[in-house]
Amino acid sequence: MSYSSENIATMDSIIARYPRKRSAIMPLLHFVQAIDGFVTSDGIELIAKKLELETAEVTAVSTFYTQYKSEPVGEYHVGVCINTLCAVMGGDEIYKSVSDHLGIGNDEVTKDGKVSLERIECNAACDYAPVVMVNWEFFDNQTPQSVKDLVDGARTGNPPAPTRGPKSLRTWKENSAVLAGISDGLAGEGVSAGEPSKLGLKLSKEGK
Amino acid sequence: MSKLSPVLSAHWDEADSFTIDGYRRNGGYNAAKTALDMDADAVIQLVKDSGLRGRGGAGFPTGMKWGFIPQNDGKDHYLVVNADESEPGTCKDMPLLMANPHSLIEGIIIASYAIRANYAFIYLRGEVVHVYRRVQQAIQDAYAAGLLGKNINGKGFDLELVLHAGAGAYICGEETALLDSLEGFRGQPRLRPPFPAIAGLYARPTVVNNVESIASVPAIIANGVEWFQSMGTEKSKGFTLYSLSGHVKNPGQFEAPLGITLRELLEMAGGMREGHELKFWTPGGSSTPMFTQEHLDVPLDYEGVGAAGSMLGTKALQIFDETTCVVRAVLRWTEFYKHESCGKCTPCREGTWWLVQALKELEAGRGTSADLDKLLDIVDNIAGRSFCALADGAASPIVSSMKYFRTEYQRHLDLGSCPFDPIASTLFAGVHS
Repeated sequence: MSYSSENIATMDSIIARYPRKRSAIMPLLHFVQAIDGFVTSDGIELIAKKLELETAEVTAVSTFYTQYKSEPVGEYHVGVCINTLCAVMGGDEIYKSVSDHLGIGNDEVTKDGKVSLERIECNAACDYAPVVMVNWEFFDNQTPQSVKDLVDGARTGNPPAPTRGPKSLRTWKENSAVLAGISDGLAGEGVSAGEPSKLGLKLSKEGK
Repeated sequence: MSKLSPVLSAHWDEADSFTIDGYRRNGGYNAAKTALDMDADAVIQLVKDSGLRGRGGAGFPTGMKWGFIPQNDGKDHYLVVNADESEPGTCKDMPLLMANPHSLIEGIIIASYAIRANYAFIYLRGEVVHVYRRVQQAIQDAYAAGLLGKNINGKGFDLELVLHAGAGAYICGEETALLDSLEGFRGQPRLRPPFPAIAGLYARPTVVNNVESIASVPAIIANGVEWFQSMGTEKSKGFTLYSLSGHVKNPGQFEAPLGITLRELLEMAGGMREGHELKFWTPGGSSTPMFTQEHLDVPLDYEGVGAAGSMLGTKALQIFDETTCVVRAVLRWTEFYKHESCGKCTPCREGTWWLVQALKELEAGRGTSADLDKLLDIVDNIAGRSFCALADGAASPIVSSMKYFRTEYQRHLDLGSCPFDPIASTLFAGVHS
């Protein structure tokens, strides 16, 4: 991969956010994923050069964190929560059924490159269990059928919108750019809060 | 009168609650103005006097933490907000940041002013893109409104605020691992002392606080210490977010004074799902020893939960009914700890691996009762033997489940298989048993 001068300028702006430049390594890795789709060796070399580190130092950081992928993932990366609460509430059945449906296992990608699958740990949405994340957007209260429909939609370029998120689902690369701190201007879309988040407030207004 | 006390969540039902206009309409940023007119030490004293304790799990007094920062030391100080919420069951900070990010930013302005920090960071877990968007927009809007940056409110106070996405490592919720991660290293805990208050980010005095702790500060400044102390119990003051998930009719967030009980919260959640009864629950995430039906009336404050043998933790109440196999639940949590062990300390790295092996055998009904003792023996050899508390967290579900449900482990061995039907536990199994 080669990187445009615009890419380089963006990287410089990421580095400039921090008092010490090494702190920029994580957003830079997210940024490489936004361009290349995963953490490529070219990306590692560029980050190393920018931060005056050895490539081994950048690789050591990259391989520590599960969100940095050493191989390509799908345009839509589907994470099924299989931590205890979600697993018990149906995450195990969801994972099995979508894995069978797609014919791929954990950390694998469909042949068309559209969908990849990952068993993920708790994603801080337990009151919406079972939870599925696609490109790290919330899909709440899922069922085996809803996730099959979701991946079918994704494969035909028409994925459903997240439950609490933007009006339409963005791609893996697009969302990786957001995590690098590059705004896509979509913060205003979507609900303030889902119904379970507001339940206590609602009851208190009813005097309960 | 309602037993609930929405403060942080008071406007989550407004469509624009996450915007700066929505926040200001409800009095937002007045507390920052008040605080910036105060002496910085007086702000610290006020937070100390309020009795606010850390809402991220450990319950350490927030004002005292601020007071540990050496002043007039000629060094840069930093405030780092821990938004790496990932303790299993914990789901309060993400909805808070999605619906009300400005409460955190206002708290950051106040806290940074108090500890004399001119640089603050929000370390947000990376797997929540829409939360990132909301916080990022809120920061941009706060800068545009002159609430961040140079000479805030014309008071001569400068503050830069940086949002930093993590990348999927639970251990970065541990404050020293978080600091290593933020410095650009693998997120592995540091040996203490020195504590972050002396040598934190870039070896400078640093306060690390949970999202909810910092977001609670503006309300305390605005309404006063007496108001805050009118809620809660003797040593656990104020309001907090309780998160109910699992086999209840209506899961969700309930903001209430500290000391409410699960019996009261369950009633608000509509009770257990139809036709089922409570079997076990966690008071504050998977790292806190589990409770059973006999703990329904334990006051959910730091002391009450501690006296009953667990920890208040993150107030993540994961509720499981009688269809749930406790061995399966514990195995899955243990797999989590194995996956998330950073690998730095041998007892944790190797021990969690062995615990998974042992529990897999037990869940499948293979082994003898001697293996149950072996399980506890492994736990003894990892708990309290590492730099951080991850291994202690791994021990909690095992030790507590063996305490209350040893016969259920034994039943797996007697039958040679798991006696439970996992489908019966699912949300889509329907509400009938």
